[in-house]
Amino acid sequence: MVEWTDFERQTIAGIFGKIDYETVGSAALARCLIVYPWTQRYFGNFGNLYNAAAIKINPLIAKHGVTILHGLDRALKNMDNMKEAYSDLSVLHSEKLHVDPDNFRLFSDCLTITLAAKMGADFNADVQAAFQKFLTVVVAAMQRQYH
Amino acid sequence: MTLVIRMLTVYPQTKTYFAHWKDLSHGSAQIRKHGKIVINGIGEAVAKIDDLQKGLLTLSELHAFQLRVDPTNYKILSHCILVVLAITFPADFTPEAHVAVDKFLAAVSRSLSEKYR
Repeated sequence: MVEWTDFERQTIAGIFGKIDYETVGSAALARCLIVYPWTQRYFGNFGNLYNAAAIKINPLIAKHGVTILHGLDRALKNMDNMKEAYSDLSVLHSEKLHVDPDNFRLFSDCLTITLAAKMGADFNADVQAAFQKFLTVVVAAMQRQYH
Repeated sequence: MTLVIRMLTVYPQTKTYFAHWKDLSHGSAQIRKHGKIVINGIGEAVAKIDDLQKGLLTLSELHAFQLRVDPTNYKILSHCILVVLAITFPADFTPEAHVAVDKFLAAVSRSLSEKYR
């Protein structure tokens, strides 16, 4: 069981309370596809991903980024129970979507950087540590059902 | 420079390389000084971008034979550099800029681990 300090719980709740899902979700996924181009392998049906400019204006990618970000909502509500909370999503990504679990880490890094740009100086070392710990636990839960 | 403090806070395992320092708190003079050394090293790499292997030879030998930093930590520090860039230049640190910097930092990391074995 993961131990969360009060600071960590408040920080995570605070971030998600203020986050603009539409902007941050779409920007994080677009960034991921541009910075780690091999991740595009999972988006063959998403239209034009030819270059960075195309990826940034692609509406299907934007929408999917928001979907992924909302996938973190269940983590917020289940911080003490992440493995169970993500069990079905983990199975989905393994059995149906066949996503290499390393991609969860890549997306997390892009989300962190997108958020850092938005929050500026408020994204200090302690806030970053709390947020990255949160994402690490989600990623571990997402990797759990792979076999 | 929040870079080194950020790394030590977000990835506490990196503190193992600095056990010989007395003060690892925020604002410590040793940490600030070290942040400068690292950033200057990266600046040197930028100047020698066309032949990192040759240009970073001395630094490479330092990291291989004296510092012996586990190369995973280069990824960790690179990530922290990217976060600091995003905070400092929110509008300019576009995905295109990000991929270029990430590629560069990966190349620097490779050069630094080159002499390990």
